Amino acid sequence: MAALSIRGLAKRFGEKIAVDGVSLEVPAGSFYGMVGPNGAGKTTTLSMATGLLRPDFGTALIHGVDVWARPLEAKRLMGVLPDGVRLFDRLTGEQLVTYSGLLRGMDREVVGSRVPELLAALDLQADAGTLVVDYSAGMTKKIALASALIHAPRLLVLDEPFESVDPVSAANIRGILEGYVASGGTVIVSSHVMDLVQRMCSHVAVVAGGRVLAAGSVDEVRDGSTLEERFVQLVGGGHRTEGLEWLRTF
Amino acid sequence: MVAHLLNLKWRLLLNGFKRSPWQLVGMALGLLYALGLLVLLVGGLIALRWADPEIAHTVVVLGGAAAVLGWAIIPLVASAADMTLDPARFTTFAILPRQLLTGLALAGFIGVPGLATLLAALGTVGTWWRSFPAVAGALLGAVLGAVTCIVLSKVVTTATAGLASSRRFKDVSSIIVFIPLVLLGPIMMGIIDGVRGSADYLPVLARAVSWTPLGAAWSLGGDLESGNVAAAGIKFLISAATIAGLLLCWHVLLQRALVTPPYSGGSAKKGGKLGLFGLLPGTPAGAVASRALIYWMKDPRYAASLVIVPLFPVLFFFSGSQSGSYGLLMILGPLTAFVMAWSICADVSYDNTAFALHLAAGVRGIDDRLGRALACLAISLPVVLVFTVGPLFVTGDWQWLPNLLGLSLGTLFTGLGLSSVISARYNIAVPLPGDSPFKKPPGNVAQTLAVQAIGMGVLALLLVPELALVAVQAFSGGQEAGWINLAVGPLLGVILFVVGVRLGGKWLDARGPEMFAELSVNR
Repeated sequence: MAALSIRGLAKRFGEKIAVDGVSLEVPAGSFYGMVGPNGAGKTTTLSMATGLLRPDFGTALIHGVDVWARPLEAKRLMGVLPDGVRLFDRLTGEQLVTYSGLLRGMDREVVGSRVPELLAALDLQADAGTLVVDYSAGMTKKIALASALIHAPRLLVLDEPFESVDPVSAANIRGILEGYVASGGTVIVSSHVMDLVQRMCSHVAVVAGGRVLAAGSVDEVRDGSTLEERFVQLVGGGHRTEGLEWLRTF
Repeated sequence: MVAHLLNLKWRLLLNGFKRSPWQLVGMALGLLYALGLLVLLVGGLIALRWADPEIAHTVVVLGGAAAVLGWAIIPLVASAADMTLDPARFTTFAILPRQLLTGLALAGFIGVPGLATLLAALGTVGTWWRSFPAVAGALLGAVLGAVTCIVLSKVVTTATAGLASSRRFKDVSSIIVFIPLVLLGPIMMGIIDGVRGSADYLPVLARAVSWTPLGAAWSLGGDLESGNVAAAGIKFLISAATIAGLLLCWHVLLQRALVTPPYSGGSAKKGGKLGLFGLLPGTPAGAVASRALIYWMKDPRYAASLVIVPLFPVLFFFSGSQSGSYGLLMILGPLTAFVMAWSICADVSYDNTAFALHLAAGVRGIDDRLGRALACLAISLPVVLVFTVGPLFVTGDWQWLPNLLGLSLGTLFTGLGLSSVISARYNIAVPLPGDSPFKKPPGNVAQTLAVQAIGMGVLALLLVPELALVAVQAFSGGQEAGWINLAVGPLLGVILFVVGVRLGGKWLDARGPEMFAELSVNR
């Protein structure tokens, strides 16, 4: 059974059709990348798949559980890192992750044993007692990731998890995610960084203009060339820059 | 370059209008308000033309000095500093400091406060429309005075920019300013009394102030009118030196600010302190309550609604001591219960998009509602009890105790229940997280007002039994109604509380994503 199965999701904001019938099958145990230009509808699609935004059409199933028919059950199965939302940032990092565990009905002892481990794995233990509002952008991303991991979900949906994260932490996060996938978990990440997706992911979907242009294993999609070249070819819009001669005549 | 900077400021002001029609409406209202004030001020200044020169001099100098002080202090405490042309944004452009300073200073006059100050200052020319030297002096003084205002405010904001960007400072300063605001009535009365008592003292004060940088510029017209050419000359030098000194300070501060990144407050703190999360029950509702309680303490927006509460008794006691009757103190308990219970109407709106965590974690609506309501109850219950019983020590009307207790507890529980329903369904325009509690909130203010008005009407209806029992005692004088209310109030209140939490939870379960979508509009 697919970890996440999206069928015909569509969403319109006023005149603009943000997502225009997206269908995706994310196999259990895959590391799935979602790439697309700015405004392609990645965040909207992931929001609809995770129960944050009600779709106009279509369904999303998490391990067979319909997100919109049985939301509480479906949400228990996944950990979500939404992009561009605030956190309860007047809590300390440690309190925020604890809060996110307790909200999911976890036992306090279990939460208490997991939080320090998670913070250490994400290089945040030195700032565990600092208020999240005083965190840097990268640290904020990491603490949000910790909040999504605390209940050991079967599916992780991460919107732009590597944005403004330093290279060392990014490598650590990748290590954590790869271990998680190796032991049977499923990860979906959206990203702009083709190189990263090509190296990290087993599967990829290319999204543009609210539609899926290509989806499948990374090797199928890139079809011999690099993912970046294939992406530009699919999405279009890459052009040799003519003009700007004055830029070379200081 | 100076012209470019002025043009930029003007452009930014105009584009602000374009963002939304509501912005324009708000701006128009502000403009109307400023215009009204300005007409009054300038009219008053021109009327002073026919006043005794001594009085006119006193008013102009003290008023001008107050304006200079205001420009130094208000931007700090009200978080209202105009940072549209933040010097830090010009770091990467190679602009000569002299040009940058001139441009930024002149740009300070574009915008409502700067322009109003300049026009009001020019109003003093009308005051001194008595002889040629006086007019010339007033004109020069007005320009010098207005420039002093702007440059001083720039020096203060630049000097404290690093400090002010530290969160803790902002949090504290924005709440402290609430206290004088609420006490404005008593303070004004005190000042008026004081002025009435010491009217003879003011001219002396004005004369002293006119020799300081605060008042020197504003004194030029008056001194020339009374023929004090030497004094006017010296005061001109004082005010010119003030501006030069301030410009130098600003220059130095800017040089430093441009190469020093903003202070990003706080050092790393080790963990191990879970606070309330370790104390309250480890259930979802318990976690929500812990989080809400932490926010009541730490978020200045919550604290702002709490700061008003201890000021109620002060205000009522003050007005009681003025009128000689302390009857108003009797409503202290019910009023506090109402204000505190009503405050969580905006709870989800205060979360803003952080509410995504509740939604993504699949928190049941009832847990969300219950946690928030219990947190508010934990804070408000002791306060309401003290504020209900306390006034009776002053008034001695102990026969009212059972009735008032019933009304207060009924109001508190019913209010919490109703707020739990309202905040599950309606988004209320509140300042964004991290913003000053004073800042004009984004969002649909009209809907907020409608929801609040209708909600209060509903609350009044739900409280009819308790209010009726209070009325019965007021008319009959017997205590039976009071004892009945002591039972009815809490009982009915708790029932409505449970109903409210359940209904609110149901609505939140059904419309969580829609609520989140509404919240995302104002982030």
